[in-house]
Amino acid sequence: MHTATTAAPGAAARTGTRTTRVIGVLALATTAFVVVSAFFLTPADSVQGDSVRIMYVHVPTAWVAYLAFITTAVASGFSLARRHRTLGFDRVAGASGEVGVLFMAMTLLTGSLWGRLTWGTFWQWDPRLTTTLFLFVTYVGYLAVRRIDTDPRQRARRSAVIALLAVLEIPLVHFSVVLWRSLHQEASVLSPDGDVRLDDLMLFTLFAGVAAFTLIFAWLVIHRQRLTALADIRQTVGLDAAIALRRSETRGVVK
Amino acid sequence: MNVALSVARKDLQIEWRTRMVLARVVPFALLVMVLFAVALDSEPLVLRAAAGLVWLATLFSTMLVVQRAFDIETADAAIDTLLACAVHPARVFFGKALALFVQLFALVVVLVTAAMVLYGVTVSGSRVVLLVTVVISATSGLALVGTLYGAVVANMNGRDSLLPLLALPVLAPLLIGASRATEAAFGSQTIDMANGWAWVGLLGVYGIVFGAAGSAAFSPLTESDS
Repeated sequence: MHTATTAAPGAAARTGTRTTRVIGVLALATTAFVVVSAFFLTPADSVQGDSVRIMYVHVPTAWVAYLAFITTAVASGFSLARRHRTLGFDRVAGASGEVGVLFMAMTLLTGSLWGRLTWGTFWQWDPRLTTTLFLFVTYVGYLAVRRIDTDPRQRARRSAVIALLAVLEIPLVHFSVVLWRSLHQEASVLSPDGDVRLDDLMLFTLFAGVAAFTLIFAWLVIHRQRLTALADIRQTVGLDAAIALRRSETRGVVK
Repeated sequence: MNVALSVARKDLQIEWRTRMVLARVVPFALLVMVLFAVALDSEPLVLRAAAGLVWLATLFSTMLVVQRAFDIETADAAIDTLLACAVHPARVFFGKALALFVQLFALVVVLVTAAMVLYGVTVSGSRVVLLVTVVISATSGLALVGTLYGAVVANMNGRDSLLPLLALPVLAPLLIGASRATEAAFGSQTIDMANGWAWVGLLGVYGIVFGAAGSAAFSPLTESDS
């Protein structure tokens, strides 16, 4: 058995399958189209000029971040409910959470760059922006808990609770920030995409961007959770091997 | 309900005998209030910010009290023994939250008094009723969320830095609501009494949501595998 695993390490450690390769190729193709279309084919906006092109990254990353956090919440719910498959769902939740944080960081970054060009400031205490920031910090905390070295089942349960609480937290944060802002100042901020009129190609490119980033999301999550599964197996196998080695050593001594 | 009361009494008894909150958390919170005043360096500004500063100091102190509340449970696996007595985890949750509420309530009373003495805040007439309601509702929410997230990080490595990272974003609505309502009670120019009461409504909803969530989540959080 030992020789079997060493003979074909590549085959055992691979996380790609036919499905992921198809997803990967589709993701590359749509991304290539979005890049070409966003930079060269679509027109500049009459008001915002070239800065409107940030939208082709900003909107899709925001959409994927929300999709990722919903996936995390759903997988966490299953991980708590289906006791015999806790760790499987937990891996999906964790992988999706990681990708979500990455994409939400991109959303905040591209948004503040766009804000600098359009509003003249990197940040506005607008309800939507503030809620997004709190959401981001919440999932950074979620990932921090996932990195803690403790019993995997206990960690799975606790991170699942955090992911589900985040779903409760967000409407409360959003509502309170809306109320807070409405009391202190009238909405001085342009609605981020309310005034933008899109021609057909712009709209199509935007949708292609959403499709591209969703495919990238799926590709990353599938690979990431398979990688985690392999790492878990390796840890167990490694432990078994180490125990077997120690046992054989003791036997040698006794002889 | 008796179980919850016994758990609360146990926690308060431990606090009374060790006086951790009294000897360390209250002085710390007062120090934070003084440091805020030094950092802002302007009496009108401090008076304007007083409500927010009281709640910010309370939030920071809550992190310390919550750590303590769960360290006494996880040391010697006390909570496992407690839950092994066929006690419903939700009752333990409400018991611990009640003990936390009592301690935090005392702390907030001290801090509001400090705001009057140090920052020159005055509260008069019907505003006292609003202030008391705000303190009770906000402290309840704080105690419930604190207990819930205390259980999330209990017994974990690095829990002292994880707790604020996890709990403070969740406490953001509470900070906003409690600060604005307290501002109204302190007689601010920018926010009137009616708005203050509206914020109390938000604090109430917040408390109910996290009370329900906490009582449901406490069981999977405290379950042990070994």
